Amino acid sequence: MAATPKEPVQFTGAGPLNAPISGVLTWVDQRFPLMSLWRDHLSQYYAPKNFNFWYFFGGLAMLVLVIQIVTGIFLVMHYKPSAAEAFASVEYIMRDVPMGWFIRYMHSTGASAFFVVIYLHMFRGLMYGSYRQPRELIWIFGMLIYLCLMAEAFFGYLLPWGQMSFWGAQVIINLFDALPLIGPDLSTWIRGDFVISDATLNRFFAFHVIALPLVLLGLVAAHIMALHEVGSNNPDGVEIKKHKDAQGRPLDGIPFHPYYTVKDMVGVVVFLFLFFMVVFFAPEMGGYFLEYNNFIPADPLKTPAHIAPVWYFTPYYSILRAITEDFMLVLAIGVAAYVVLIWLTVRSERVKYAAFAIGLALIFLMKGPAFTVLGVTFPIEAKVWGVAMMGAATLIFFLLPWLDRSPVKSIRYKGPLSKAALSIFVITFLVLGYYGVQVVTPMGTIISQIGTLIYFAFFLLMPWYSAMDKTKPEPDRVTM
Amino acid sequence: MSEKETDQGKRQFLVAATTVAGGVAAGAAAVPFVASMLPSERAKAAGAPVEVDLTTLAPGERVTVEWQGKPVWIVRRTKEMLETIRANDGNVADPQSKKKMQPAYATNEMRAIKDEYLVVVGICTHLGCSPVGKFAKQAEAFDPNWQGGFYCPCHGSLFDLAGRVYKNRPAPDNLVVPPHKYLSDTRIVIGEDSKGA
Amino acid sequence: MNKNMNKIKYLFAALLLVPTLALAAGAEVKLDRAPINEEDHASLQRGARHFANYCLNCHSANYMRYNRLQEIGLTDAQIRDNLVFTGVKVGDLMRIAMDPKDAKNWFGAAPPDLSVIARSRASADGSGADWLYTYMRGFYRDAERPTGWNNTVYANVGMPHVLWELQGEQVLVERKVQGAGYMKSVMALKLDKSGLLTPVQYDEMVADLVNYMVFMAEPVRSDRKTIGLFVLMALGLLFIFVYALKKEYWKDVH
Repeated sequence: MAATPKEPVQFTGAGPLNAPISGVLTWVDQRFPLMSLWRDHLSQYYAPKNFNFWYFFGGLAMLVLVIQIVTGIFLVMHYKPSAAEAFASVEYIMRDVPMGWFIRYMHSTGASAFFVVIYLHMFRGLMYGSYRQPRELIWIFGMLIYLCLMAEAFFGYLLPWGQMSFWGAQVIINLFDALPLIGPDLSTWIRGDFVISDATLNRFFAFHVIALPLVLLGLVAAHIMALHEVGSNNPDGVEIKKHKDAQGRPLDGIPFHPYYTVKDMVGVVVFLFLFFMVVFFAPEMGGYFLEYNNFIPADPLKTPAHIAPVWYFTPYYSILRAITEDFMLVLAIGVAAYVVLIWLTVRSERVKYAAFAIGLALIFLMKGPAFTVLGVTFPIEAKVWGVAMMGAATLIFFLLPWLDRSPVKSIRYKGPLSKAALSIFVITFLVLGYYGVQVVTPMGTIISQIGTLIYFAFFLLMPWYSAMDKTKPEPDRVTM
Repeated sequence: MSEKETDQGKRQFLVAATTVAGGVAAGAAAVPFVASMLPSERAKAAGAPVEVDLTTLAPGERVTVEWQGKPVWIVRRTKEMLETIRANDGNVADPQSKKKMQPAYATNEMRAIKDEYLVVVGICTHLGCSPVGKFAKQAEAFDPNWQGGFYCPCHGSLFDLAGRVYKNRPAPDNLVVPPHKYLSDTRIVIGEDSKGA
Repeated sequence: MNKNMNKIKYLFAALLLVPTLALAAGAEVKLDRAPINEEDHASLQRGARHFANYCLNCHSANYMRYNRLQEIGLTDAQIRDNLVFTGVKVGDLMRIAMDPKDAKNWFGAAPPDLSVIARSRASADGSGADWLYTYMRGFYRDAERPTGWNNTVYANVGMPHVLWELQGEQVLVERKVQGAGYMKSVMALKLDKSGLLTPVQYDEMVADLVNYMVFMAEPVRSDRKTIGLFVLMALGLLFIFVYALKKEYWKDVH
C-alpha cells in the first residue's frame, strides 16, 4: 500500500485490446488518480491469504447495499408517499407496473438480507477480534453503519402504510414519550402530528430515500478507507504486515484483485442463489420478511391482535419488554455488584471512585426514594429504563475495542472462557430475538430478563474474563 | 506464487467465459428494471379504446375526446369545407398522404373513412403542442389567404381541415389519424380498428 | 479450516433455524386446510364467478383489474360477458358503487377490500386460504347478533352469512369427545337446515372461491415461480464458471 513502490499497472486478461485501452487509461490517469485507486484498493491491496467463509459477508453487504439502492430508485418512480395513496401504490407496483413485483420483492427481501449479512459480518468481527487495535475506527464506522441501517429499516417500514407499518412506528415513536420532561413534545415533533399521519409518512419517506442513504454511503466509504489504511485482520488475528518481502509486500498477503475478486464472485453467486430463492419462492418468508398484517391498510382506530417488530429488531425489543418494575431491583443489584467487582479488582483510584459515583447515581435513579422535582418523578420509571437499556444494548458494541483485554485477537487462540462467553452471547441474542416475536408470557419475560443480564454481562465482564483466560500462543504467520 | 505452473491460456479463457456469462446475467437483470418504466396496466387501461357518440355533433363543429391522454379531434366537415380541402392541394406538403401518418383506410384525399368526419390526434407533428382550430375562411395574421384549418401557436405550423400540413412550415408531417372504426353511422371507437388492434 | 470452526458453523446454522420452528405455537381454532390448487384454471374460473356474484356487491377488490383474469384462462370477451357489470371496461379495477360510509352504517364496519385479504389472513395457525376456507364454512345461527349470524373463526363478525341459501343453516352444539383419559366437551357445528347445495358441494364451492381469492391476492404468483426457476438455473450455471475461475487463480496461493 503506502509503502509499496508504484509500478505500472498490470491489467490481467488484457489481450489485443491492450494498446487502445491503456492509451485511454493514461489519458484519464493524467487527470484523475484512476490507476492509483485501482492499485491501492484492488490490485496492490494485500489481503491475508487465509480468509475463510466468514470473510464473504463484508463484500456481500456492499452487494445488498447496491441492490437496495437500485431497487429503491425504481420503486420511488411508482410509490406515492401519502397516507391516502401509499398502500394502493404498493399494490399498484405489485400488479400494474411491469415486473414491479420483482423489484418490490427484491427490496423487501433485501432489507432482511442486509441484516442477515450484517449480523454474520459482525459475528465474524467478534470471533476474530477484528475490532481490536489498530482497527477500532473500522469497528466504530461499522457500528455507525449498523445504527444507520436500523434507522433506515425503521423509516422504510412505515412506507407500505399497512397495519404493522403504522403500529410499529406508533410503538417506536412512543418510546420517546418515555423520556422525562421533553418526551411528549419530542414524539409529537417526530410525528409532526398528534398521531402517525400523512405528515409522518412524508418525512419518513424523505429520511428513507435520501437522508439516510447519503449518510450510509459516506459511512461505508469511511469504513473501507479505514480498513484499507490498516489492512484486513484474518482468522488467526495476526498482522501480515509484520513479515514482508524485499519489495515490501506482506509475505502472507495476496493482491485483493484477482484473488479475492474471483473468490468473492463465488460467494456472490451462492448468495444470490439463496436470495432469489426467497424472492421467487418465499417472499413473505413465513411472515418474517413481509408480515401478514401489513397486507391490511393502516387503520389508526384498530391495533392488530399481535404486533411484533420485524425479526432483525427483536433482540432489542425483547430487552425493552424485559425491563419491568419488578426487574428494576435486579438491575440495581447488578449495578451494585459491578461496582463491587471494580472496587475489588481495579487498582486505579480514579476508576474506583468514578465507578462508585456512577453506580450510586444509577441505583438512586433506579431504586432510590420516591419524589418529584420539576415534573420529573423519581425513581425513574421502568418504561424509561427499558428504552435506555435497549439503546445501551446497541451502543455497547462501540466499547468492544476497549473491553477486550485478551493478549490474542482470534477466538482460535483464546481460552475456554472467551469461547464460552461468545457462544452463550450468540445463543442469548437468538433467544432474545425469538422471544421478541412472541406474545408476552410470564415465562417469556423471565427468559428475556435473564437474556438481558447475560447480554450485558458478555460486554461488561469482558475486561475480566478476557484477561484471565488461558490463551494459546498465536502463530507468527497465518495458517491456511 | 509460482509463475511457471500457471496455464495463461486456460486462465484467459476462464476470464473471458466468466465475463461473457456474467455480462449476460447482468444484462438479463437489467430487463425488469427497464420494463418497469414502460406504461403500466393502469396507463394501458386509461389508454383503452374510447367510444364516441356523434349524434349531437353539428356540421362544421368539432369535439375533442381524450385517448391515451392525448386530445383526439373529431370534426364534422360541411360540403364547403370539403370543397376547400380539394382546392387546397397546392398549399400543402403531402396532399396525397403518401407518408404513413394514417391507417390504410384513411389514406385518401380527405384522410378519413367517411368524408364527413375528420378524426385526428390533435398534436402538432413538430414538437407536440396542440394546434388551435381556426375554421373560418378569413384573413389571419399568419396567412392573409387562410382557407380554414388548424394553427399551431408554438411555432406557427398550419394544417388544413384534412389535417394536412402546409408547405414551408416547421411541422414535417400531416396530423396523425388514430386507428378508429364506426360501430354505426354515428358511433365511433377510437383506438381500435376492424383488424382489432 | 480447522475442525472447531466447522462445529461453530453448524451450531450457528442450527440456531438460525430456531425461529422458523417456533411458528407452530398457539392456535385457538383449528383451521381446516383449504383443498385448493393454484394451477387448476377451471376451479379459479368458477371461483372468479362466485366472487363476482356473491362478494363483489359489498366488497371491492380495488387493486385487481378484470383483465388480469386472462391469467386464469379467460378471454377479454368472456370477462366482459360473464363477470363485468355494464358500463365497466375490462381494464378497470374491481370497484363497487357502495359508499363506505353507508356500509359502515349498515354493517357496523365498512366491508374490507378483498384484493389482498388472502395474504393478510395468514398466521401461525395456517395460511390465509385455510382461514378463509374455515371462515366461509364457519357461520352459525346466533339470535343475539344483529345479523342473526355468528362465526367460529371470527367471533361476533359483522358480515351476515351471504351464502346461507346454498349452505343451509348451521348451529353450534356441544359435543363430548374423548380427551386424554376423560371426556371433554367441545363446541361443534351442526347443519340444522340444509341448503341448496350438499355439504360436499358447498365445501367445493368455497374451495373454488378461496382458490380465486388466493390468486387475486398475488396474481403474479405462478409467473414468479416460473421466472424463479430460470433465474436459479442461470445462477447455477454461472456458479460453474466463477468456481472454475476461482480454482484456477487460487492454484497460485500456497
